Amino acid sequence: MSKPEFVYVTYIATTPEKVWAALTQGEFTKKYWYGRRIESDWTVGSAVRFFDRDTQDLTDSGVVLECDPPRHLVYSFRCEFLPEARAQGYSRVSFTIESHEGMVKLTLVHDQLPTEQAAADFREGWSPILSSLKTFLETGKPLPQLQSMEEKGRQ
Amino acid sequence: MENATDWVFKALADASRRKLLDRLHTDNGQTLGRLCEGLKMTRQAVSKHLAVLEAANLVTTVKVGREKIHYLNPAPIGEIYHRWIGKYERRRVEAMNDLKNRLEDEDEQT
Repeated sequence: MSKPEFVYVTYIATTPEKVWAALTQGEFTKKYWYGRRIESDWTVGSAVRFFDRDTQDLTDSGVVLECDPPRHLVYSFRCEFLPEARAQGYSRVSFTIESHEGMVKLTLVHDQLPTEQAAADFREGWSPILSSLKTFLETGKPLPQLQSMEEKGRQ
Repeated sequence: MENATDWVFKALADASRRKLLDRLHTDNGQTLGRLCEGLKMTRQAVSKHLAVLEAANLVTTVKVGREKIHYLNPAPIGEIYHRWIGKYERRRVEAMNDLKNRLEDEDEQT
């Protein structure tokens, strides 16, 4: 077993089902995940794709590796819109959802990263996404910063 | 009543614990044994500090085979950052931080 490169644990005042929906349904991801809409039928072996909400361009892609709603979700992941990142190939993203004292403990592990640089880049990318997910699930609104980052990306 | 944020600030209010976070920040994913290397603290003291950091969710552990590996968990500090640094301040804060780091690096070189 390889050592995971990035682990992120957050506690969210919500239910496992809502976290699952927020991670797997495009209508939710586009609200907190840099405006990206996720798409998959969530059966093992099927494609996972992220599209830009506005341009509909493919931003990231992968394949479903494990799917056990609402507890465990694993897919491979490759950035599609940055050529250098795309050339580094696939890494692996795993989400584990557990009930914890009336809250949800969400653990993200991102591993099989090709380089230290890729690990650092993903670390910077995940932190606002997951903070935004937490705020979105607890308040119904994403973080304003994420919207401004999207806008910045579009300019 | 204490909440999760109180735990984070209490855990951070100790230089030894911040030092452990620094070490994980430089090299994330370490066993207790490796974290103890080169430190003046005893293994028991490190273990106690790690338990406080883990209770505050600043450190999380993953079992790989028989080993327990410690990771810096960026979630609580990220949540504090997003709570007080708004949409417009963000870029200025980062620019000032870069400037400070660059100036301090120059000082070290001279």
